[in-house]
Order: sequence, then structure tokens, then C-alpha cells
Amino acid sequence: MYAIAVLAGLASLEQGGAAPVHAQAPGSSAPYTVLSREGRRPLPARVLGGQEMFALEDLSRLFEFTVKEDTLAGGLTIETRGQSIVLSPGQGLASVGGRLISLPAAPVRDGGRWFVPVDFVPRALAAAAGTRLELRKPSRLVLVGDVRVPRVAGTIDALGALAKVTLDVAPATPHEVTQDGSRLIVRFQADALDATLPAAPPSELVTGVRPGDDAAAIAIELGPRFGSYRASDQPGDRGAARLVIDILAATTAPAPGTSAPVPGPAPPVDPPPLLDLPPAGALRTIVIDAGHGGEEEGARGPQGTLEKEVTLSVARRLKAALESRLGVRVILTRDGDQTVGLDERAALANNNKADLFVSLHANASVRASAAGAEVFYLSLAEYGDQAERVARGESEALPVFGGGTRDIEVILWEMAQARYIEQSAAFARLVEATLRERVPMSPRAIQQAPFRVLVGANMPAVLVEMGFITNPDQERQLASDTFQASIVQALVDGIVQYRDTSVRSSRSAAPVERSGGSEREARRPVPPESGMRG
Amino acid sequence: MTVVLLAIAGAVVALIVLRQSGPAPAAATDPAPAPSAAPERRITATLYYVSEDGMALVGVQREIPFGETVLEQAQQIVQAQLEPAPQPLVSAIPPGTTLRAMYVTERGEAFVDLSVEARTRHPGGALDELFTVYSIVDALTVNMPAILRVQILVEGSEVDTLAGHVDLRNPLQKNLQWVRSDTLP
Repeated sequence: MYAIAVLAGLASLEQGGAAPVHAQAPGSSAPYTVLSREGRRPLPARVLGGQEMFALEDLSRLFEFTVKEDTLAGGLTIETRGQSIVLSPGQGLASVGGRLISLPAAPVRDGGRWFVPVDFVPRALAAAAGTRLELRKPSRLVLVGDVRVPRVAGTIDALGALAKVTLDVAPATPHEVTQDGSRLIVRFQADALDATLPAAPPSELVTGVRPGDDAAAIAIELGPRFGSYRASDQPGDRGAARLVIDILAATTAPAPGTSAPVPGPAPPVDPPPLLDLPPAGALRTIVIDAGHGGEEEGARGPQGTLEKEVTLSVARRLKAALESRLGVRVILTRDGDQTVGLDERAALANNNKADLFVSLHANASVRASAAGAEVFYLSLAEYGDQAERVARGESEALPVFGGGTRDIEVILWEMAQARYIEQSAAFARLVEATLRERVPMSPRAIQQAPFRVLVGANMPAVLVEMGFITNPDQERQLASDTFQASIVQALVDGIVQYRDTSVRSSRSAAPVERSGGSEREARRPVPPESGMRG
Repeated sequence: MTVVLLAIAGAVVALIVLRQSGPAPAAATDPAPAPSAAPERRITATLYYVSEDGMALVGVQREIPFGETVLEQAQQIVQAQLEPAPQPLVSAIPPGTTLRAMYVTERGEAFVDLSVEARTRHPGGALDELFTVYSIVDALTVNMPAILRVQILVEGSEVDTLAGHVDLRNPLQKNLQWVRSDTLP
């Protein structure tokens, strides 16, 4: 199954403005769509110096600010309705009302126009204008003010005489399901949808799930065997909701009064699926992230063993073991020596709705004696209040242009991991225990850290440092078949235990294994003799 | 019109002045003006280096030059932290890394702009990357109450990470999780 990202109602993009500039010229990238109460406007983006950028003049037209260039001091000043922003060429910093905000690149002049990194919009412009400007890079959206654009992620499971369409909606949004001829229409109370809709499997019940006729609707195209449907709402995690639509086949005898003939013998009943739909909490998809790759070599051992080679080798073995022994779908973030961005790795897991994310790494130290495996999960303290808001699924009163406020549930998807931190901690503890049975552990065997690859993962996620490649003994181990097999076995064991724990807890509502106190206190004391000395 | 232009020029100049390394008007968090210091005046600060077993940072008391302002003192601390470690400890900062510029805001955020060696000469490894980042973050936040959070920049811009692990897109607060207190020499 693959997923296609669709912005519902994209067809109406052309209205009320110039058509978007499509990616043609070198350095151009797909345009963004700015969604506000006033409608949709295209916003071209370009790649300059490896950074995605907006032209300042495009932004000034859309968001109604003025730009003044000080040729003497070489600065740019942006006057919004609220505060002013000062930019200096050569510096990836913006001064917003005296506060410094970092940017991934300095402003760049190209062809007589000034360009700023796309992150300028949510970080600097939003702060200065005092309004919400949310940048959703994967779906190429800029949300302005109080527009409601819930994310909808769909899956279809075809199970013989039943097809199940599941729509995960975040934040939870009121909706209604109606039948319109050969389609079911799901209409949300929203301004637009940020939808990832599945490709339909071959089925005579559902032939497709597509954007609906208006921007806040999804249409489920029904197949020839459609008989009836039932829709049910389930609460989801922290402010999200799940809408399940069961589509049932018509009984073989036509219902009285219907004229639909059933030609010839009844179509053969599809063989029952080999596996029932896994219960909630079970594992269907696991993403294994082979750390580094391509130009990013990672760490290097004294004999020249490269971290990126060890991580790829273990990732491939782990994929084979999980697929054959657990029957789950396993996706690797890379299956070769490519450079893969940290955002892309989490995005791959999110787009495939993975149930677990395991990032594999080998550690390095300036001390050759450092040795042992470590398991990390995300630390939220470094992300401040934002992460706590995400974790609690809170709504926020947003100022509306023209006065007043409106409650909007803001889910900061760049910090999706905040919602799963307790599951990640439980998973990390299980993996630490199963690793300890098979490989030497570091004295710091389980820890929390602000790791970039974990923060955007929208599922329980851990990062495993398998050993220190800078330790000569461990370098040999990491490159060996036996050690890699031990790591793989330990990770399979940990994943099986996590699966069994989470299935049990979702069935009996028993809490996932958790020690009391904060996450930091929950770290297990590690006996000093367990650390290997190289 | 003239007033507006002057205001703009003032704002730009303010941003540029902050990065000067010589005596300069510092951030507004500056304490009451100190009496003019003798050139040899020094303070004791705690700096952070990799322990002998490589598994932690350890704090070491060192004498460093006194800085008149918050900004100058912060620069002195980072400069000292970038210098080689006292034996038998090892610096967590890649060799050749220099301080390009530094900014301190009224909100207690310090921006430490390092040269490209911080990335290109980093040996990799999550633990050593944590040590690189937190030796700087903790040296500033532990020694300077006026500095609450620290963001590391490279060559004037924000970076995702130094070596592929630690998220540097936001200012980081003090974190002594990586510091081992029982091995202070």
C-alpha cells in the first residue's frame, strides 16, 4: 500500500489569484498554499543554497507589510502591523521587537529580490504580526489565523465481504457521513482538510477514497458489491479522533424492491484473510532507521569501520527477522548508502503510519575505552512549553484579525513525539532489558536526550546506540555477524514484549509498565559491573 | 521619513554592535556598571570536559578573564571552554573550533556562533555530540545566572545538529544530566 498526499479541494486553488508557479526552473520547488479566512493563495518557494525560501516581496504582498532596505548598514527592516523585524545579510538571525530568533539561513539576494528561509514565516513573521502562521512543510500549507485545517489520515482494509475505511482526524473535528448515490461523503466542520488518503486495494466494495467536492469533504467511491455502511466514532489519542466506516457487501439475494440484478451465480466469496485485523495496540508497521548514510558517514572506528555501514547491515537483518517472525511490515529509511535528511526519516514513518520507530546508531567517544550499548528516548524539557502543550493536546485561544480570539486546537506536528513519550519510555525500558541479556551495556544504558530524528516521529520511538565504534574491541564486534545477530535478536525480543504489553494493556486497560515519578526518575539504576571495559 | 530611517539604522546597528568582541554596549540584562577593572582581573568559572572513562562530563574550576558586561563575560567563558582541556581530561569541542560571534538577549538567551569546524571536525557519535553541546550550554548557564538558555549557531546560522543527533533548532537550557559530580578533581 502506498499513500498519496492530497490537499482536499486543491482544484479550487486557482480561484482568486494567480496560478501557482510549478516547479520548473532549477532551484524552484513546489509552491505553498496560504489558507486564511479570505481564501487560498499560492506562495511560490525556491531552493537557494540548499534552503527552501520565500521571496520577501511575495510575503509582503500576502501579509501586508513593508520592507525597507538600509543600504548603509546593510540591513532589512520589515514593518508589520505589530512589531518590526530586523534582518542582516550574512546572519541567520532575525530581531523581532528586540528578541532574537534563529533561522536556518541568512537572507539571500537573488535576481534583485530578497529571499528568506520558509521558517521565517512561523518564527519571525508570526511573532511580529501577533497572529498564527503555521507552516506545514509536508503538505505545503501556510495556515493563517484561526482557519481550521484538521489532518486526516486514511487507511482501507478490504476483508472479503467487509471493507473498513479508517480516518484518523487530528484534532477531533465534528463531521457527518451521508450517502450520495455511489459515494459516501464525509463532511467535516472545517475550512479545509490536510488529508493523506490511501490508494484503494482491489475491492468490489470500495474503489477509491478521494477529496470531496468541497474543501472540507472526503468522498468514498463505492463498488458494485456495496450493500450498506455503518460509521462509528472512537476517541483517539490526546485530542485526535478516529472515524471507522464499515462497508458491508450486499447479500447475494437482491433486497426486495431493488432492481439491481445479480447476474449469474453469486460472485465467489473472497477467501478469508490470513490474519484478522490486529487488535488496537498491535503492530502492523515498523520503521527501522539505519543511522547516517551517504555523505553523512557518522562515526568511524580505529580500523576504519563506518557507523553508516554497521547501521545499514543491522537494519537489513532486523527487517528480515521482524518480517519473517512477526509478520509485520518493515520499512527501512534507507536501503543503500544514501544521504537521508533527519526530517525525511520521521516523515517516512509518519506517512506510513508506523506503529514503532527504531533508529540504529553506533556511538563514538574521544576515549577509546568507552563501551556498551545505550537506549535513548526523547527528552521534552528542551522543547519548553510547546512540547507540554502537544503532550496534553491543548487548545489555544488565537487572536483573530479584527479583534477577539477563537479556540483552535494547535497540534505542533514538528513535536509529534511529545504525544508518545510515555509509550517510548516503556519501549525503551523493554529494549534496554532485552539488549542487556545479550550485549554489553554502557553505564548509562537508558537515557533521554533532545534527538532530532525522534522529535517528529508520530509513534513510540527509540534510538539505540549499539556500542562504541571507537573502542577497538567493540569495533570488531559491531562489524561481526555474531554481534549483529545478538543485537537483532535482542531488538526482536524487545519489540515482541512491547507488542504483547501494549496489546494486553489496550485490551484490559492495564497501565503500561511504568515506574512512578517523572521520566527522568524512572531511569533504571544500572549496576556498575554490567558496563564492559574495553 | 527621516525618523523612520534613523530608527531602522538604529535597529540594524544594535544588531551589529552586539557581535563585536571588544568593549561594547552589552545586552540590557547587564548588572550595575562595575568599577573599571584592572586588566589582569580574573574570575573562577566551572568549565566542562570529557571524563577519563569517556562516559560523562566533569566540571573543573578554572581562572578566566573577568568580563565587564554579561556579553563580555559570556564570551570569555566560551573562549576558555574552546581551549584545550587540562590533563588528563579531554575537550568535547572539535579541534580548530573558534567563536565567531556571540549575542545575549534581554530574555536571557545566548547565541553562540561557532566556526564550521564544530560540524566538519566533529568525530560523530551521539554521546560525544551531547558532550560538545552541553559543555558549552552548561558552562554558560552554570556560571552566569543571567543566561538561561543557549543556542549554538554555526557560521552565522541555525543548524539542525552538529553530527546528526542533538537538536539545535531551539535554545537549550542547563542540563546537568551529562555531568558527573563525584569526579571533580
